[in-house]
Amino acid sequence: MIELQSISKKFGDFALENINFEVDEGEYFMLLGPSGAGKSMLLEIIAGLVKPDSGAVWLNGNDITDMPTRKRKFGLVFQEFTVFPHMSVFDNIAYPLKRLRYSRSELNSRVAELAKQFSIEKLLSRFPENLSGGEKQRMVLARTLACKPKLLLLDEPLSSVDVQLSMELRSLLRSINAQGQTIIHVTHDYEEAISLATRVAVINAGKIEQMGSARDVFQNPKSEFIARFTGVHNFFPVQLKASGNHGLYIAQLNSDINFYCYADKIAKVGYVCFSENAVVLSVNEPNQSTVNVFRGVIKEIIPQRFGFEVMVDIGTRVVSHITWEAMERLGIVEGVEIWISFKASAVRFISSVD
Amino acid sequence: MAAKGTGFSWFRFVVMVLGGLVLLFIVAPLLGMFIHTPLSDVAHTATESEVTNSVWLTIWVSMAATVVFAIAAIPFAYFLARNNFPLKKVVLGIIDLPVVIPHSAAGIALLGIISKQSVIGGMFSSLGIELVGTRVAIAMAMAFVSIPFLINAAREGFAMVPEKLEKTALTLGASPFQVFFTISLPLAWRSVVSGLVLMFARGMSEFGAVIIVAYHPMVAPILIFERFNQFGLKYARPVTVIFIVISLLVFIALRLIANKKIKND
Repeated sequence: MIELQSISKKFGDFALENINFEVDEGEYFMLLGPSGAGKSMLLEIIAGLVKPDSGAVWLNGNDITDMPTRKRKFGLVFQEFTVFPHMSVFDNIAYPLKRLRYSRSELNSRVAELAKQFSIEKLLSRFPENLSGGEKQRMVLARTLACKPKLLLLDEPLSSVDVQLSMELRSLLRSINAQGQTIIHVTHDYEEAISLATRVAVINAGKIEQMGSARDVFQNPKSEFIARFTGVHNFFPVQLKASGNHGLYIAQLNSDINFYCYADKIAKVGYVCFSENAVVLSVNEPNQSTVNVFRGVIKEIIPQRFGFEVMVDIGTRVVSHITWEAMERLGIVEGVEIWISFKASAVRFISSVD
Repeated sequence: MAAKGTGFSWFRFVVMVLGGLVLLFIVAPLLGMFIHTPLSDVAHTATESEVTNSVWLTIWVSMAATVVFAIAAIPFAYFLARNNFPLKKVVLGIIDLPVVIPHSAAGIALLGIISKQSVIGGMFSSLGIELVGTRVAIAMAMAFVSIPFLINAAREGFAMVPEKLEKTALTLGASPFQVFFTISLPLAWRSVVSGLVLMFARGMSEFGAVIIVAYHPMVAPILIFERFNQFGLKYARPVTVIFIVISLLVFIALRLIANKKIKND
C-alpha cells in the first residue's frame, strides 16, 4: 500500500539513510527505536510535512513524494495532545470535515457518530482545557479518523500517558486496526511493539537494522544494538493457562515447556519475556523457592563487558548472564549439563490480544 | 506579591519607596495638568472645530495606517516566527531601526522619498498626486515609526503557537492559508491585537516624523505644539487634556472589544 524507496534526509548532524520498507493494507507496522533515531522525521516525511533529500514515497503505485500534505489524506497523531485549544470538542472533531464541504446535518451526524465511537459524546460542547489526558487523546483520535484516513501515522501516542490509560489506548488502537485501518506507529517502547505490531522495524541512527514480525525481531536480534535495545533475549510466544494458584499462570510454549508467571488478567495469547540477569545457573538441582526450574545443556558462552552470556538449551534457548567470578566458581564449559532457575515474578507477560 | 516570611524587610521597603517614586514621576505631571486646567477651558476648547478636526484626523489616520500596514506586516511576522534564513538577524535589526533612530531623522528620510524631487514622489506627482502635506504622508510617517511594535508583538505571538498544531491541521486537510486563518492567527490573536493597539497608539502620538512630512493638516500632537509655541502653556493645556482623555477612551474601548473577541472564540 505505502512504500518508502531509499529515503534519505539530513538534518543537522544527523541523517536518515536509505530507508526502504513497504506496509500492506491493514497492517500494524511499528517503527521501534531509541529517541533521536529519526523515527519522527520519517513519519513527517511520509505525511509530506518534510521533504526527503532523495528517495520516493509511493502510495498504491503512485509517486506521492511531492504531493502536499493535505492531499495525502493521512492521519497523524503526535505524542503531545495536539488539541486545538480555541475550539470546542465538537469543532475540533468537525475541523477536518469542514474542509470537505459537508452539509450541516451530515457534519452533525458524523461528529455524533465519532464521539460515540470514542465515548466522548457528553463532552462535545466543552473546551479541551477541561478534558483529562485520556479524553484529549480520544478526541484527537476521533478528529484524525473523521475523514477516514488511508493511513494512520502515530508518533509515540502512548508515551505521555499513565499506565492505565496506555492500556486503554492500546486496546482502542488494536480495535481501530482490526477494523482494517492501516497504521504506522513510532515508539521507543518494545513492549508496545510486542503488544500491537503485526510487523516491526528497528531503527537506529537513521538506519533500519532489522524488520520482521515481533517474534522474529525479538527472538533473533540481528545486531547487538537490537539485542541490547530490546533488552530481552528470553522472549517466547505463549498460551496462557490458569495454574490453580491465584494470580499465577502457566505460560505454555509447547507441550514440553511451561513457564510460571504472574499476570493481571487472563488473556489467551501473548508473549513472555524475562531478563537474562534473572536466570540463575547451578550445577546441582536447585532447592530454592523458584518455581521455574529446568535442566539443559550449555550451547554457547559469550564473553561480555561485565561477565558472560550463557546460552542454555532446555528445549528452547534461554540466555543467562553471569559474572566472571560466578563463571570461575561454577567452572562450566560448553556442552555440559546445567540447571537453570528463575522466579515467576521475573517473568513478564505481554498480551497481544484483548 | 506576598512577602516571604514575616517581619520587616529593609530590602522590600527600599524597593517599594523607589517604585513609588517612579509611579509618582509618571502620574504627577499628568495629574498636575488635569488639576491646573479649568473644566470650563476644556469644554470651550472641545467645541473648537480646529481641535475636534485635529483629534479626529489623528485617530482615523493612525487607525488607517495600522490597518493597511497590518495586512502586510502580520503575515510577515508569521513568516519571521516560523522560518530561519541567512541574515535573519539583519532583517530583525532593520525592523527595529525606526525605534532607535530619532523620529525627526525618520521624517527627513521619509521626505526624501516622497518629495516631488524624489523617484517615488515624482512618479505620484506626474499622476497629479502630491504626497507631501497630505493624510497619506501623515499615515506613512506614523506607520514608519510604529510598525516595529506590531511586527515584534505579532512575531512573538506566532512563535508561541506550537508548530505541531499547524502540522496537525495540514494533515487534517487544511491548506496553508486555512491553517493560518483557523489555527495560527486565532491562537496568536492576543499578541497580534496587542501589537495593533501599540502600533495605533504609537502612530497617534507621533510628532517628530509627522511634522516634517506634513505640518498641515494638523494632527493633535502638532496642534498642541503650535498652541504652546504661539500662545503658551495655558492655551496648550486644554487641547492636551482632551487628546489624552480621548486617546485613553479609544484604547480602553479597543481592549474591551479585543478581549470580548477572544472570549467568544
